[in-house]
Amino acid sequence: MKRAGFDTIWLPVALLLPQLMIIAIFFYWPAGWALQSSFFLQDPFGFGSTFVGADNYTSLLGNDQYKRIAWFTVVFSILVTFFSLAIALLLAVKADKVIRGARSYRTLLMWVYAIAPPVAGFLGILFFDQSTGPMTKFFGLFGWEFKLGVDYNATATAMIIVAVWKQIPVNFIFFLSGLQSIPRSVREAAMIDNRSSTRRFWDVTFPLLAPTAFFLLIINITYALFDTFGIIDALMKGEPGNNPMTLVYKVYLDGFRGNDLGGSSAQSVVLMALVLILTVFQFRLVERRIHYT
Amino acid sequence: MAQVSLEGIRKVYPNGFKAVQTTSFTIQDGEFVVLVGPSGCGKSTLLRMIAGLEDITEGTLKIGDRVVNDVDPADRDIAMVFQNYALYPHMTVRKNIGYGLKNRGTPASEIAAKVEDAAKMLNLTEYLDRKPAQLSGGQRQRVAMGRAVVRDPALFLFDEPLSNLDAKLRNQMRIEIKALQRRLGTTAVYVTHDQVEAMTMADRIIVLNAGRIEQIGTPSEIYHNPASTFVASFMGAPPMNLIEAEASDGQVRLNGYDGLMPAPQAVSGPVTMGVRPEDVELDENGSVSFQVDILEELGAHRLLHGTLADQPFTVMVGKDHSVHTGETRITLKHDALRLFDVETGKVL
Amino acid sequence: MADTTLDTPAVTRKPRRIRWETIGDHFVLILGSLLMILPPLLALTTASHDAVTIHREGIQLGLGDDLGKNFNAAMFEKGGFTQTVDGTLMLMNSFILGIGFAVGKIIISMMAAYAIVYFRLRFATLAFWVIFTTLLLPLEVRILPSYEAIQKLGLTNTYTGLIVPLIASATGTFFFRQFFMSVPEELAEAARIDGAGPWKFFIDILVPLSRTMIAAIFIIMFVFGWNQYLWPTLITTDESFFTLVRGIKQIVLTYTDSQIPEHGQALALAIVAMIPPVAIVIFFQNWFVKGLTESDK
Repeated sequence: MKRAGFDTIWLPVALLLPQLMIIAIFFYWPAGWALQSSFFLQDPFGFGSTFVGADNYTSLLGNDQYKRIAWFTVVFSILVTFFSLAIALLLAVKADKVIRGARSYRTLLMWVYAIAPPVAGFLGILFFDQSTGPMTKFFGLFGWEFKLGVDYNATATAMIIVAVWKQIPVNFIFFLSGLQSIPRSVREAAMIDNRSSTRRFWDVTFPLLAPTAFFLLIINITYALFDTFGIIDALMKGEPGNNPMTLVYKVYLDGFRGNDLGGSSAQSVVLMALVLILTVFQFRLVERRIHYT
Repeated sequence: MAQVSLEGIRKVYPNGFKAVQTTSFTIQDGEFVVLVGPSGCGKSTLLRMIAGLEDITEGTLKIGDRVVNDVDPADRDIAMVFQNYALYPHMTVRKNIGYGLKNRGTPASEIAAKVEDAAKMLNLTEYLDRKPAQLSGGQRQRVAMGRAVVRDPALFLFDEPLSNLDAKLRNQMRIEIKALQRRLGTTAVYVTHDQVEAMTMADRIIVLNAGRIEQIGTPSEIYHNPASTFVASFMGAPPMNLIEAEASDGQVRLNGYDGLMPAPQAVSGPVTMGVRPEDVELDENGSVSFQVDILEELGAHRLLHGTLADQPFTVMVGKDHSVHTGETRITLKHDALRLFDVETGKVL
Repeated sequence: MADTTLDTPAVTRKPRRIRWETIGDHFVLILGSLLMILPPLLALTTASHDAVTIHREGIQLGLGDDLGKNFNAAMFEKGGFTQTVDGTLMLMNSFILGIGFAVGKIIISMMAAYAIVYFRLRFATLAFWVIFTTLLLPLEVRILPSYEAIQKLGLTNTYTGLIVPLIASATGTFFFRQFFMSVPEELAEAARIDGAGPWKFFIDILVPLSRTMIAAIFIIMFVFGWNQYLWPTLITTDESFFTLVRGIKQIVLTYTDSQIPEHGQALALAIVAMIPPVAIVIFFQNWFVKGLTESDK
C-alpha cells in the first residue's frame, strides 16, 4: 500500500467487487465443492450421493492404475523439465553471445510460445505418423518399430518430445533475459579474471542465473503437470486405452467420461495438495531470489 | 499569501514510531523557512503534514486563519515541489503545469494564459509541448516549479527539490528559486538536508533532530550562536570544532592551557568548547600549539586538519597564508568561542 | 618516436583468425531455430497438397497446388469436420475468447490492483490474500467442480461461461499490483495536491501510465485465451461456440480417421489456429517479452 493512500471506502469496494465475485463463484465455490464431494460416492445415475468418508482417497491409493499414472506423471515431468531447460539454456547462452543476427534468432526461437498445446500435439501426430511420419522413420533406423497410440513407450516418447519442444521458448526467453540482466561490469571482471569461457560460465554466469533457473524449475513442473493436457489429448487421438497419461488427464477422464465424481474429486484434491506443496516451495525460492539481487 | 502556524503538532505512526515530537512555530506571511536536519529527523513528515499528505496525530495546523487539519490537500491552497519532481510522464509540459488548474474547473483559455506566463517566467516556453522524458534534469525541475507557480498558491512547499541535480545546476536553481519566491512574495517552507541550501536560501532556519526542534533562527544566528553541539556540528562546512575542556574558577582550561576563555562562574567541571575553523588565527606568538597533519587546498581557502591537545581540530586560513604540516601556533578569537554542556549539548 | 610506437600495434596485428567459436555458436543457434520452425513450416507445405497425397505419403517438403483450395474449404465449407460450422465461425469464436478474456482480465485486475495498492482499506490485506490464493490452483486442478458450477448456473454453451471462469485467477492482478507499487509515491501525492480525486487519478494518470504494461499483458492474455483447450472442450458442446483450438480435437479425429481423408483441410485449419497468436507475439515481441518476464516475477 502507498503511504498516502486515498481514504474513500465505496470506490475501492466497488473496484474490488467484480474480481471478488468472479473468484467467489468460479474459484472458492468449486474448490470447496470438490473438497466436499471427495468424501461422497456419487450415484452414477444422479440419484443423490452417500457419505463414504475417506474411501475415495484410500481406493485411489490402492488403485494400481492410478499409481502407474502417478509414476508416469513424475517421470514425464522430470524429463520434460530437464530437457526443455537444458536445451533452452544452451540456446540462450549462444544467443546472448552472438552479435550478428541476435534478434532474428530470438524471434525464431521464441515464437512457438504462441502455438496452442493441442495444435503442437497435432503437429506431433504428423511427425510421428505410423506409416509416413519422419520421426517414425528416424526411430525405425534404430530398429524401433514406433507405433504412436498403440505402443505405450512410443506414445510416451512422442508426448515428451512434443512437450519439450513446446516449452523451450518460455525457458529460452527467461534465460536470455536473465543473462542480459547480468551487469556488463561483472562479465568484464570475469573476463579479466579467467580466460576460459567455459569456466567463466560455470563460475560466474551460471550462479548468477541460478535464481532464474530455480524459478523456471517450478514453472516447468507446473507446465508438465497441467498445461500439457492438450498435447496428451491430441497424441492419444481420443483413445485413452492403454496409453500413458498424466494425473490431470485422469481427473478429466474419470470425471467427464467415467462419471466417477467422488473419485475424480478426490483426485482433484490430491492435485491441489500437490500444487500447494509446489507453491510453498516456490515462495521459499522467491525469498531466496531476493537475497541474490 | 498566508501565515502558517503549527500549535503543538505531533506525529506518531501507527507502528508507534514518534516521527515528530510536540512542535510549535509560526511562519510569517511571505517568509522563506527552511527545515533542515539529517535524514529521519522528521522534517519531511512535518512538511507532509502541512501539505495534508500525512495525518496530524495531535495539534492544530493553520494556514492563514483557517484550521486545515482535516482539509484535503487539494483544498489547502498549497503547491508542492517534490524531490523526484513527480511529473506526469505521459503528459506534455503544458498539461503537467495546467493539470491542477483544470481540476479546479478553471476555463481553458485562462489555463492557457497562465501556463504561458509561468513558462515564460521559468524559460520553459519552447519546451511546452515536450514530455518530461525529453527534458534535462534542470528543465524537469523547472516544470515542477511551474506546476507550483501557476496555481498562485498561498504557500509553497519544497521537499528537497534540488537533491537530484548536479552541483552546478543546484547552485543555479537555488538562486532562481529564492529569486522567484521573493518576486512572488509567497510564503515558502523548504525541506533539505543540505546545510548550504539552508544557509543561503532561508529567512529563517529550523534545525530538527530526532523529531525535535533544536533551534529556530536566522542563518546568521544559527551559524554564530548555535543552541547546541548538534546545531554547531550540523551547520557549517567544515563544522565547528568541539573540544573537551574543563571549567573552573571562571576559566576554561584545556590540557595545560589556562585561560582560553572566561567561563560563567556557575559552571565548573567538564565542558565542550566550540570554535569555528575560521575563528582561529595562525600566530607565531599564539598561546596554543596545533599539530597539523593534513593540508586541504580549496582555492580560496585552505583547511588545516590536525590535533589540538590530542583532539581533532580544523583551522581555515585564507589562500595567502603559507602553511605547512607539523607543529604550529594559533590564537583562538575569544569572542567566537562557545561553551556547551557536556551532558545535554546545550549552549551554556 | 611517439608516432612509431603508436603505429606498432597496427603493424604487428595478428592476421584475422577464423572465429571457430563464433561459427559454433551460430551452428547451434541455426540448429535450434530449425528445430523450432520446421514442424509448423512443414505443416504449411503439406497443407498445400491434396488429401490423397498427404494420406499416402505424409509430410511434404515442397509446395503443392492445393493450398488455396484447402484453406478455402477449411474456412468456408460447413461440415468438413463438424456438421454445422465452418472455419470462419471458429476463427471468430477464437477472437471472441482471446480478446474477451484479455480485455476482461485487464479491466478487472487493474481495478482490483488499484484498490489494493492505493487505498487505505481495513480489509485490503484480506482481499489481497483472498485474491492471491487463486494463484495456487490452476483451472486444470479444479476443472470438474468448476464445470459443475457453470452447469448449475446454466452457463454452458455461452460466451460468459467460456470466458469468465478463466478470469478467476490473480495473475493479472498480481502483475498490475507489482507495477503500481513501482510507480513513484509522489505521483499520487502530486495529483492529490493538483486536486485529482481517486477516480480521476486512476483515469488521468495511472491508466495512461500503464499503457505499455497493458499492451504487454494484453498480448500474453490474448495468447493464453486463444490457446485454451480443456475448458472450451468441456463448456462448449454446441458446435457454433467452438474455437479453433477447441476444434483441434475434431481435426485430429478427422485426420486419424482414414474414412474421411480431409487431411489438407485439417492442416489448413490447424495453421489458421496458429497464425493470430504467433503473429501478435512476433510483431509485438518486445512488449511480449517484457510482459512475460516481468509478470512472473
